[in-house]
Amino acid sequence: MATHDIPLEPLSADNDEPTRRDVLLIAAGGCAIVGGAAALWPLLDQMNPDASTLSLATTEVDISHVEPGQALTVMWRGKPIFIRHRTDQEIAKAKDTPLDDLIDPLARNANLPENAPASDDNRAAKDREPWLVMVGVCTHLGCIPKGQAVGDYKGEYGGWFCPCHGSQYDTAGRVRIGPAPENLAIPPYSFLSDEKIKIG
Amino acid sequence: MNSSSLVLMAAGALLLALTGPSAAEDDSGTPPNNNHAPEIARQSWSFTPPFGTYDNAQLQRGFQVYKEVCANCHSMRLLSYRNLGEPGGPEFAPKAVEVLASQVQVTDGPNEKGEMFQRPARPSDRFRSPFANEQLARLANNGALPPDLSVIAKARPGGADYIYALLTGYRPAPQGFAPAEGMHYNAAFPGHQIAMAPPLSDGVVVYTDGTKPIVGNYARDVSAFLMWAAEPKLEERYTLGARVMIFLIVFLAIMYLAKRAVWARVHHGNEALHLETARAVPAQDEKATR
Amino acid sequence: MAHPSSYQPNTGIERWLDARLPIVRVVHDQFMVFPTPRNLNYWWTFGGILTFMLAVQIATGVVLAMHFVPTESGAFDSVEKIMRDVNWGWLLRYAHSVGASMFFLAVYIHTFRGLYYGSYKAPREVLWILGVLILMLMIATAFMGYSLPWGQMSFWAVTVITNLFSSLDAVIPGLGTRLVQWIWGGFAVGGPTLNRLYSLHYLFPFLIAGVVALHIWALHIPGNNNPTGIDVKVPTDTVPFHPYYTIKDGFALVAFILVFAALVFYAPNFLGHPDNYIPANPLQTPTHIVPEWYFLPFYAILRAIPNKLLGVAALNGSILILFFVPWLDTSKVRSTRYRPVYRWFFWAFVVTCVALGYLGAQQPEGWYLVLGRIFTAYYFAFFLVVMPVVGLIEKPRGLPGSITEPVLGPEAVRAAPATPRRLKPEQVG
Repeated sequence: MATHDIPLEPLSADNDEPTRRDVLLIAAGGCAIVGGAAALWPLLDQMNPDASTLSLATTEVDISHVEPGQALTVMWRGKPIFIRHRTDQEIAKAKDTPLDDLIDPLARNANLPENAPASDDNRAAKDREPWLVMVGVCTHLGCIPKGQAVGDYKGEYGGWFCPCHGSQYDTAGRVRIGPAPENLAIPPYSFLSDEKIKIG
Repeated sequence: MNSSSLVLMAAGALLLALTGPSAAEDDSGTPPNNNHAPEIARQSWSFTPPFGTYDNAQLQRGFQVYKEVCANCHSMRLLSYRNLGEPGGPEFAPKAVEVLASQVQVTDGPNEKGEMFQRPARPSDRFRSPFANEQLARLANNGALPPDLSVIAKARPGGADYIYALLTGYRPAPQGFAPAEGMHYNAAFPGHQIAMAPPLSDGVVVYTDGTKPIVGNYARDVSAFLMWAAEPKLEERYTLGARVMIFLIVFLAIMYLAKRAVWARVHHGNEALHLETARAVPAQDEKATR
Repeated sequence: MAHPSSYQPNTGIERWLDARLPIVRVVHDQFMVFPTPRNLNYWWTFGGILTFMLAVQIATGVVLAMHFVPTESGAFDSVEKIMRDVNWGWLLRYAHSVGASMFFLAVYIHTFRGLYYGSYKAPREVLWILGVLILMLMIATAFMGYSLPWGQMSFWAVTVITNLFSSLDAVIPGLGTRLVQWIWGGFAVGGPTLNRLYSLHYLFPFLIAGVVALHIWALHIPGNNNPTGIDVKVPTDTVPFHPYYTIKDGFALVAFILVFAALVFYAPNFLGHPDNYIPANPLQTPTHIVPEWYFLPFYAILRAIPNKLLGVAALNGSILILFFVPWLDTSKVRSTRYRPVYRWFFWAFVVTCVALGYLGAQQPEGWYLVLGRIFTAYYFAFFLVVMPVVGLIEKPRGLPGSITEPVLGPEAVRAAPATPRRLKPEQVG
């Protein structure tokens, strides 16, 4: 009785039906892997924005009291939106800038095709040249550039200056001095009336 | 498996059978034994497991009943208008949801002047509550607080069946039963005295889809609507559940065969399995003593 | 089972790691080739199932904690937000709440298996004590977790259970009150209570995981008990853990998950109580408060005793008494299979526990109260009278003859003498 053997490695030691057993064990292992991976997905996907967050897609802003030279900051999807009522001077300065001088040649305007060039026309509001609506988040590492308040340092180009790493933006929100790689993004928005903007 | 294992297993099943239902009066519809709640009749619903779904048209009618009748007193503070358009619910079209929301004025603010202001609701807004706070609600309802209806279908034993029974349970009080001042007799309500006046009467809500505008239909539709409100992911749960169950049954079958294949050598390769033969050695056999 | 390590590091990397952290060796010795009695039945698969359930509860719990708000005003709503808005939130939350029930179902089966087959007897006393400790930590964890949705049942369960401590006022006046206020962080259950219960509910599962590691360590010193209760002596008594028990445990685990999934997907509130979908209201107690099903037997014991302090003592005693089981049982054989008298008492005890569970859900009045007292008396008598006395007077049936059982005494010695079979501690790592 002491001599009978129970194989330690039944897979390799068994010669009766190695194929069937191997197939079963591989199928069982496969099921375990598939089931485990499927169970893992909800644990990861739960971290994505939830339904209530996704639904907060639009913000309506009253801009009637924003005079030329002033700016307004509102929240949209947890991010600041810069709304600037530009002076004629600022518009002219932005228009005079040759596109070749720009670090980022693209408009980055969610309301235009992706390859639209970064001309002032493509940056400003459609048919409402004085208005500039942008996501106020530096494209370098996410700080909020200075330039919204009247007394802020606005950088060499009179637009915005990021205090974190010194990026500078012009009066059309285009990056002119790095390290930021892109122009300030322009969110989807539309004018509901002369006094009201809907963002998102 | 030997006999003692079977007995142990039977005991486990018994334990489940005994403790399960007593701790889960909600699903069985059996009322708790102490507050002498009336028996709640079971209705047939479209959403019973395992393959049920909500009836979109019914939920839309139910929402109409809620909006035009219940919402005058009852809040549903956990729901948003967007929920009305989400899959597995009433599934109003996106435009319809926007319109439904915009018909309601909600308070927002403060604005730049520091004032709260009214604006039409957006789909992302929560359902507007009829009263600003509990005290106002009590004041307007003779001291009684109309409960929030967001999860009411899960918060009452009997669920949708109970809500239906309650809404259709108003009757003249039986002989010798005198409800207190301002209370109403209701056959389904525990204690039979409810502060809520009969909310439904034939024709009070105008249905546009040809459903007969009678109390029974209103009650059924709004009960289904409240069930959805309490359990908006029910359809998703059943659908995913079916897939998971099929997967697990296949997995279980494979595991069973794999287990048999692995153990075949131990079971068949050792007729003289040590412990089995040994059992015959003692004077008494286990079975013989039974 | 004191086999020398059979691990052979083949590659240079394996040898390098083995000399520094022999983790592969430990896994190989303890979970691959570990000699396991060949006759373990399916009641032995619940250890693996419990390990799985602990992992499920920790995994789902950690992600639920990412969305839960432990405040009086935020708790209920955040749970509902999980159910409605969070991606897969309904699945995670139902898996966690049903998971608690499945965890207890498995742990009770595991415990009764240990009781039936005498798995607590020498040399497995420490293994058993660690198991009881895990049970106690589980009870505390489940209780704290149940408070978190902050529904009516949550709130009043916390109120009632924490008030158990006020019974100490009967020992030293004022002590119980001070203790309860310390637990509450106020003069009643409230926000501070909820927040600390949440903190500890997050901590305790990791304590459980630590004790589980000790429990498995303590298991691997003497090795598994088995349905005969007799010791393993010769190599042919055992099979390597892998693949024999990995596949058998795996099969049982999938069957268990099937039941688990059926509840999660088709009856997630079956084991819950509707009152817990009513937000907590400190001004109104539900008409009929009952704990979750897995606490009902203990609840019945509490209510069976009309004195506050003694009731609490009995409640605590009903669990603490399990610690002493290895010394209360005087039987010379482990497995109830060979105990013709004791087995009747054992099954009466199982019936008692089920009956107490049933009574725990009923109003403590009339016959229910009388029955509650009778079954409570038997619950304690089983440990304090039956175990010591029956063990002394009962004549066990003949054991399988070829293995000598050390605890059985000389009259049953009929085969070759036992070989030493304990692993040296250093072999376990």
